Amino acid sequence: MSVPRFWREIDSRYNLVGSYCKITNAYHYPKRSFDPEAGRESIGNMEDYKFKGNGKVINSTVVHQAQTGYEMFGPYCIAIIELEEGPRITSQVVDCEPEIVKPGMKVKSVFRKLGEDSESGILHYGTKFIIDEVLETINDENEDMADVEL
Amino acid sequence: MRDVSVIGIGITKFGELWDKSLRELGLETGLEAISDAGITSKDIDALYIGNMAAGSTLQQEHVSALIADYCGLTHLNVPATRVEAASASGGLAIRQAYMAIAGGFIDVAVVGGAEKMTDVSDSESSYTVSMGSDEQWESQAGATFASLHAMIAQSHMDEYGTSREELSAVSEKNHYHASLNPMAQFQFQVSEKAVSNSGMVSSPLRMLDCAPNSDGAAAVVLCATHKAKKFKKKSVRIIGSGQASDTLSLHHRKYLNRLPAIGIAAKRAFKSCGKKSEDLDLVEVHDNFTISEIIALEEIGIFKRGKAASMGLKGETRLGGKIAVNTSGGLKARGHAPGATGIAQVVEIVQQLRGEAGERQIKGAKIGLAENHGGTAATAVVHILEAD
Repeated sequence: MSVPRFWREIDSRYNLVGSYCKITNAYHYPKRSFDPEAGRESIGNMEDYKFKGNGKVINSTVVHQAQTGYEMFGPYCIAIIELEEGPRITSQVVDCEPEIVKPGMKVKSVFRKLGEDSESGILHYGTKFIIDEVLETINDENEDMADVEL
Repeated sequence: MRDVSVIGIGITKFGELWDKSLRELGLETGLEAISDAGITSKDIDALYIGNMAAGSTLQQEHVSALIADYCGLTHLNVPATRVEAASASGGLAIRQAYMAIAGGFIDVAVVGGAEKMTDVSDSESSYTVSMGSDEQWESQAGATFASLHAMIAQSHMDEYGTSREELSAVSEKNHYHASLNPMAQFQFQVSEKAVSNSGMVSSPLRMLDCAPNSDGAAAVVLCATHKAKKFKKKSVRIIGSGQASDTLSLHHRKYLNRLPAIGIAAKRAFKSCGKKSEDLDLVEVHDNFTISEIIALEEIGIFKRGKAASMGLKGETRLGGKIAVNTSGGLKARGHAPGATGIAQVVEIVQQLRGEAGERQIKGAKIGLAENHGGTAATAVVHILEAD
C-alpha cells in the first residue's frame, strides 16, 4: 500500500479514532464526515471520537488460506467485533488459538503490526483484538515479572 | 417504457484459458451473439462491456474501446461503455443496455462481459476478487473474500441450523448440472462427501464451497421488442429488471446471515413485471460460495428464511425438482469470470427458455430469473425473462 494512503489513516488505525454525531448521538468507525441518518444536518456536527477499545465478538472464522501479506499469521482468526459504543469492525483476534474465538466473547483492542510492504518496505501497524481473559492472563504474568530482582 | 428482447447469445467455455486474451474472448463471444441474432455491425447502436478487473489483472483499462476495436466496430464509431460493479459488472451492463433501449435512446445493443483471472497467480486473483469488498477496512485487516462469506455461513448455521451436509449439497448439485453443460469449467460430478472433506479455506467454508476464479466471456444482443421480429424468430423478453445497493462492508450490516440487496433488487424486478417467485421455472443465482446460493434463494422469496438449505438437500433445487437452480452449473462449476458471470446467467436462461439447453433442458420452461451480485452483495441486480 502506498505510504500516503496508509499515513492519512494513521489516527483511525493506531488509535481507533472514529466519529461521533452530535445530532443522532451515533458513533461511527471508520470516520465519517456525514451521518447517514441525520443527513446534511450532521455536517459540522461530527466530532472525532477515540473508542475505548472494548467490544464483543459477533462472529468469527479461522482463515487457512491467508490474505496477501498475512501469510505469516496463518491460520488466524478474523472476526466482526462490536465496540461497546456501537460500531462494528473487522479485525484479527490474536494471542490465542484461533478456534477458541466464539460469538459473545469480550475483547479488547491492542496495537499490533499488520504487515510490511517488503523486507525493506515500510511496516504497517494497526488495531487487533485480544480476548479479555487472555489479556488478564498476560497482565498477571507481567505483574509476576515486576517481582523479579534484576 | 418500451419492451426489450434478447435476440442473440454467445458464450465461451469458462476455465483456465491460457491461450486466449481478453480481446480474443470478447470477439469470440460477441461474434457468436451477433451471428445468433442475425444482425450486422451496422445494426449495433451501442456496446456495453462488463469487466471487473482488467486494470489489476492485465494492467489494461479502457477495455470498452479495446473490445469495440477488436470486434471491428471502430469504423462505425459505435459508442462503447464499460460497466464495473465487481462481480455484478455483467448483470449491471445488461441493465444499462436494457434501460437505454427501454427508454427509447437506442434500438439494438450488444452486451459483452469478459474477464481474465488466470493470467495472474492464485494469490493475486484472490486479492483482486476481494477488491469487491472494502479493501481498506476489510482486506487490509486480513479478511479474505472467503473469510467474509465464512462469517455469513457461520451466522446462518448458528441461527437456522444450516448444516455442513446442506452446504455440500449445493456444490454437489451444481457440479452435477455442470456435467451436462459443455461450456462449464468443471464438467464432472463431486460427491457431498468430497465437498465436506475438501481442504479448509476459512472455517466453515472448504475448497469445494468456493467458486473458482476463471477466464471466460459471454454476450447477449438486446433489441427493442417491436423490432426483434425483423432479426430473430424466437426471442426472449426481459420482463423485469431491478437493482439495489447495500453497505460495502459486511460489518456495517445488521444481519450477517442475510444479503438484503438481493431481496430488494428481486422485489423491484418482480414489481416491474407483476410476477411472483412462484411463477419461476428456473433461476440462476450468484453462488460464489455455497452459502450465497442458499441466502439468494431466501432473499428472492423462493424459500422462507432458514428453509432453502434443507430444500436443496432434498433435491428440490435440482433439475427435475420443485425449481431448478443454476442449471448452468452456477459460479461453482460453470466457472466464475466476474465481468462475464452475470451475462452467462442470462445466456443460460435464454437457452432454457428457447428449449436449446440440451441434456439439462427443463421441459416447457417459460419464466426464468437471473441474480448477480458484487462483493458481499453491496450491489445486486436481478433480471426476469419470459419466452415470447
